[in-house]
Amino acid sequence: MIEVRGLEKSFDDNNVLKGVDVVFKKGKTNLIIGRSGSGKTVFLKCLLGLHLADKGSILYDGRDSRLMERKEQGKLRQELGMVFQGGALFDSLTVRENVLFPLQMFADLSQSEIMDRAEFCLSRVKLGDAGERYPAEISGGMKKRVSIARAIVLNPKYLFCDEPNSGLDPMTAVIIDNLLKEITEEFDITTVINTHDMNSVMEIGDHIVLLKDGRKVWEGNRFEILQTEDPNITDFVFTSELFKTIKGVAKAGRK
Amino acid sequence: MGRLFHKPERFSMYRKSFAKEIDYLGYDSVAIVAIISLFVGAVVTIQTALNLDNPIIPAYYIAIATRESIILEFSPTMISLILAGKVGSNIASTLGTMRVSEQIEALDVMGINSPAYLILPKILASMIFNPILILLSMFLGILGGYIAGDLSGMITPPDYVLGLQLGFRPYYVAYSLSKTVVFAFLITSISAYYGFTVKGGAVEVGAASTKAVVTSSVAVIIANYIITQVVLGN
Repeated sequence: MIEVRGLEKSFDDNNVLKGVDVVFKKGKTNLIIGRSGSGKTVFLKCLLGLHLADKGSILYDGRDSRLMERKEQGKLRQELGMVFQGGALFDSLTVRENVLFPLQMFADLSQSEIMDRAEFCLSRVKLGDAGERYPAEISGGMKKRVSIARAIVLNPKYLFCDEPNSGLDPMTAVIIDNLLKEITEEFDITTVINTHDMNSVMEIGDHIVLLKDGRKVWEGNRFEILQTEDPNITDFVFTSELFKTIKGVAKAGRK
Repeated sequence: MGRLFHKPERFSMYRKSFAKEIDYLGYDSVAIVAIISLFVGAVVTIQTALNLDNPIIPAYYIAIATRESIILEFSPTMISLILAGKVGSNIASTLGTMRVSEQIEALDVMGINSPAYLILPKILASMIFNPILILLSMFLGILGGYIAGDLSGMITPPDYVLGLQLGFRPYYVAYSLSKTVVFAFLITSISAYYGFTVKGGAVEVGAASTKAVVTSSVAVIIANYIITQVVLGN
């Protein structure tokens, strides 16, 4: 579980996060949604420790990451997995080497155990036969899957994803969504996903948090999002005819 | 800078990275250094011969002048400037691309000390391998002079060899190699700084690469003056 309390972050005069309180539960896919510039990415980077928050606390199963010693922070980082928007795969390494990298750097396992673990993760994302290819030789969807394999290779407790579906076709996006949900449940991890893809929200949103101007303005799940009349949600989610129709159907079903 | 010298997460991974950098920054520069040194050595000999075309001056003075020019200045300084262009742009653009494609952030999230893992092996590889490149350059520069002198008939091989031996001071070689180590540190650390701190996209990576080459070249020239003044000027 990740507990965020009163998180604030500014860049010079620009207050990006203005006191965000939220709890992300274990074994759930937690989605952060919001318009561009709402503070989603900064929020995620604060959780990851890539940005130092000005105020507030971030508790990883009760451990405040902002009060940790350097060594403890290093240990915590090995419990985090991250899927970057563009994959952030190391260009000079093959797909297999990318997945092996965290293991070789941190795992106290024999060479054969390391190889087995990497192969397991690659086959889990259905890329068992792509190990020898370089990132430049694979598609965007495959890059995302390699990135997921690399993120889970050290058995993380917490998985973070920044726009995992951006730049993907709808079918591949659904595959990535389902993969993230399956992995979250299978390994019982706390997953936090930054997205503005409404298909993802409807497909896998166990817990959805809407950020607006650096504040949490709504939270609920994918079923509640269809029922709510909160203008923050309706203005943000139900802007297209497709989603208006979905909401209409959901309302009719409720009656 | 302080983060460069923290304890490695796993020493074997840093060693592997160091070996890779020796390959990228060192071996890959051998060909360009060899070609430039050979031809510049030849040109230095021919031009010196033309300027010393006087019956009172013995021909072996041409070899002495060639030797001193190559050992004291051409090999350590000019080759370092060439390496500032080749290696400096390579380092800045590689790190810059890693920065804008979030590969450095990926290392940070994993808990890897990214400056130490990415920059330290480059600095060490250059500081260790550049003196070897400069020794090679000295040898090939002098060889180029020998061949050009012989082919043009401006100096005979026995005179050239005699000139090389006359008044030779091994201290100059040590001095030049020491300079090279300082230059290697300047080139790699300045270029790494510009690459590592890139913000933006492809345009900024290109700009960082250019700044890295210009700044490290100027730093090499200034350091060359200071070292020469301090070591040889007194």
